[in-house]
Amino acid sequence: MTQMDKFREETKQWLDDNCPASMRAGADPETPLDEVWGGRKAVYKNPESKIWLDRMGEKGWTMPTVPSEYGGGGLSKEEVKVLNEEMFAIGAKTPLLSFGIWMLAPVLLEYGSEEQKKEHLPKIIKGEIRWCQGYSEPGSGSDLASLATKAEDIGEHFMVNGQKVWTSYADKADWIFALVRTGPKEPKHDGISFLLIDMETNGVSTKPITLISGKSPFCETFFDDVKVPKSNLIGQLNAGWAIAKALLQHERAFISNFGLAAAVGSKKDLVSIAKKHIGEENGKISNGFYRSEIASHKIKEHAFGLTLQRAGDEGGKASATASMFKLYGTEHNKKRHELMIAAMGTDGVAWDGDEFDDSDKNLTRSWLRTKGNSLEGGTSEVQLNVISKRVLGLPS
Amino acid sequence: MKLILNEEQQFLKDTAKNFAEERTPVNHFRSLRDNKDSLLWDKDTWKEMVNLGWAGILIPEEYGGSNFGLAGISVILQECGKTLTPSPLFATGVLGAYAISEYGTEDQKKKYLPQIANGEITTAVAIDESSHHDPLKTNMPADLKNDSYILNGKKVFVVDGASADLLIVVARTSGEIGDSTGLTLFLVENNQPGIDVIKLDMADSRNYANISFSDLSVQKENILGDAEAGGEAIENILDIGRIAISAEMLGNTEAAFESTINYLKERKQFGVLIGTFQALQHRAAEMFCEIELTKSSIMAAMQGADDNSNELQRLASLAKTMAGETLHLVSNEAIQMHGGIGVTDEYDLGFYLKRARVVEQIFGCSKFHTERYANISGF
Repeated sequence: MTQMDKFREETKQWLDDNCPASMRAGADPETPLDEVWGGRKAVYKNPESKIWLDRMGEKGWTMPTVPSEYGGGGLSKEEVKVLNEEMFAIGAKTPLLSFGIWMLAPVLLEYGSEEQKKEHLPKIIKGEIRWCQGYSEPGSGSDLASLATKAEDIGEHFMVNGQKVWTSYADKADWIFALVRTGPKEPKHDGISFLLIDMETNGVSTKPITLISGKSPFCETFFDDVKVPKSNLIGQLNAGWAIAKALLQHERAFISNFGLAAAVGSKKDLVSIAKKHIGEENGKISNGFYRSEIASHKIKEHAFGLTLQRAGDEGGKASATASMFKLYGTEHNKKRHELMIAAMGTDGVAWDGDEFDDSDKNLTRSWLRTKGNSLEGGTSEVQLNVISKRVLGLPS
Repeated sequence: MKLILNEEQQFLKDTAKNFAEERTPVNHFRSLRDNKDSLLWDKDTWKEMVNLGWAGILIPEEYGGSNFGLAGISVILQECGKTLTPSPLFATGVLGAYAISEYGTEDQKKKYLPQIANGEITTAVAIDESSHHDPLKTNMPADLKNDSYILNGKKVFVVDGASADLLIVVARTSGEIGDSTGLTLFLVENNQPGIDVIKLDMADSRNYANISFSDLSVQKENILGDAEAGGEAIENILDIGRIAISAEMLGNTEAAFESTINYLKERKQFGVLIGTFQALQHRAAEMFCEIELTKSSIMAAMQGADDNSNELQRLASLAKTMAGETLHLVSNEAIQMHGGIGVTDEYDLGFYLKRARVVEQIFGCSKFHTERYANISGF
């Protein structure tokens, strides 16, 4: 038996012993499902969600490639592949959703000091601390580097004042990784630092944002004379922009890995909606104009799915490809929702009340929510800029 | 199935790239057009391609081929498409070679395949009867009389039909127009009485013909595949052809796009490079995305064909739709972004636009394939 066969056998056995029944495929559909993000304020509807997180966190298998000295699994790429295959085989649920894992941990590994890695990585991996991302500000959207939240040197601490916006789940998070201005006199890219802030510190407050679609995970985050220890600075003072960009790459890579699925909205099937609401004749959508638009859309969807697959097969991680996937995936998702609500006619714009099905009303909100897809994480226009400059090499 | 080229396919692509750049740059096509060449492809150049083994790529080894598969010949067509290389490779190396390898009797294979592989004969598929491709609309009768079939009627827009030595003719042996049953394929040698070939002059200056049959007698042993069951065979042959021609169209697209990007980087107006204008940058970036999606569709279709995918029909329609739509977009945008020079005959770009609109029609335009995709997908 090879090393790898042995690892597979042990992994299989461990999963069999440790993955609770409700965390696997074929679980009782009556069991409540948690969206597990961990953290101090986490509430679990199903206690087995917590058990599963704790067991996987203890193994370090929520971040299997991170070295075990930082609480990770310390596995090789081949071993991770085996782990993923064995988890897939039993339909094991992802134990932890985490901005810490997707965004912060990779930059901590690259830019953090030894102490910072030892302090923060294990808590991310075990899901003990839930992180949020403090990037955008009311005056700094696409032009992120113009951000104005300031951190003044007051000796042992920074004094932070300002406001962040579009902070996903700020009201549920324990810590925030934030971009702050530490060099007000430097050129805008050279005066930014990357700072970790405990949300329980005095002067930090959050306020949820209501969107055109209704409730949302987004918040405004306010900093009023917030004292942050200097040891929470990642990398050098005023050298935060490089870290910010590195993190955005991880964010986009994460989005592109999820591809179409990353775009928030309804996963409803366009074709069955069209057949139900418009009607069908001999299996064909009965209105030819809708049918032709839907067919063109499905063809693009197919081609886009194959492009994600090809990028995986090529093993490329180019940021430019990530821009393409962000652009195409989100624009496609918007279009899909427009087609769905159009196919539903007046039911597609239902808002509230008993005259309409919940699923119809939800779709209206999903459609509205997709309008943000091509704004968040870099607008479509920013992605087009990235492609034209970095891929096509067009001049500035 | 992986959506990447294997080593063998990459080697064929590299070889074809060198060949097209060195032996058949666009000027090669231009001089054939200017000289009103009767074939509109060059015999010596074809011989060189044959010597590289390209005519036999879809032919099994025992009949003189290399059996490298559809992806192998498609990437060659893609590279040839970049320089608008005219040759019998599509109609002979793809259509004829595949049809006879797949559906031929032992005698037919022994007779024709080695001749295709070594370049002695070229082939063409005669199917369309009107200006819109639709195999089911085949109406030309082939009536059985005393053990022979009598063919009467006219086929139009036969690719390479003006020079092909051997025709694969789709005719109706029973049923009505619109029926998928009752079609039969015939192998017909072109140099005989009862066949009238009229060369067509199309916008892309390639080799096409209308071919009329009057009381042409074809013996039973020249049926390709099973009599009456030609509908299924011809769809399969066409799908292979659609995928291969999509690859050539991708090559056309890539070249027109590359030329455009280069132009944006060198042309100055208002004292700056026009490539600095966001109005052009964003359109260029959008084209880039469409080209990437097209590449993936063709890759999946050609690798799927070699993998005996049960989704071949759907993938072929996906590939031909994407190839057609993207070439259409890029050929138009390329002209617009080049400005006045793009609409002069002296500049090569116009050739790509003319080729685009003709090749978009071969074996079904994007609209035909979008509808076919919907039918296959069940909506």
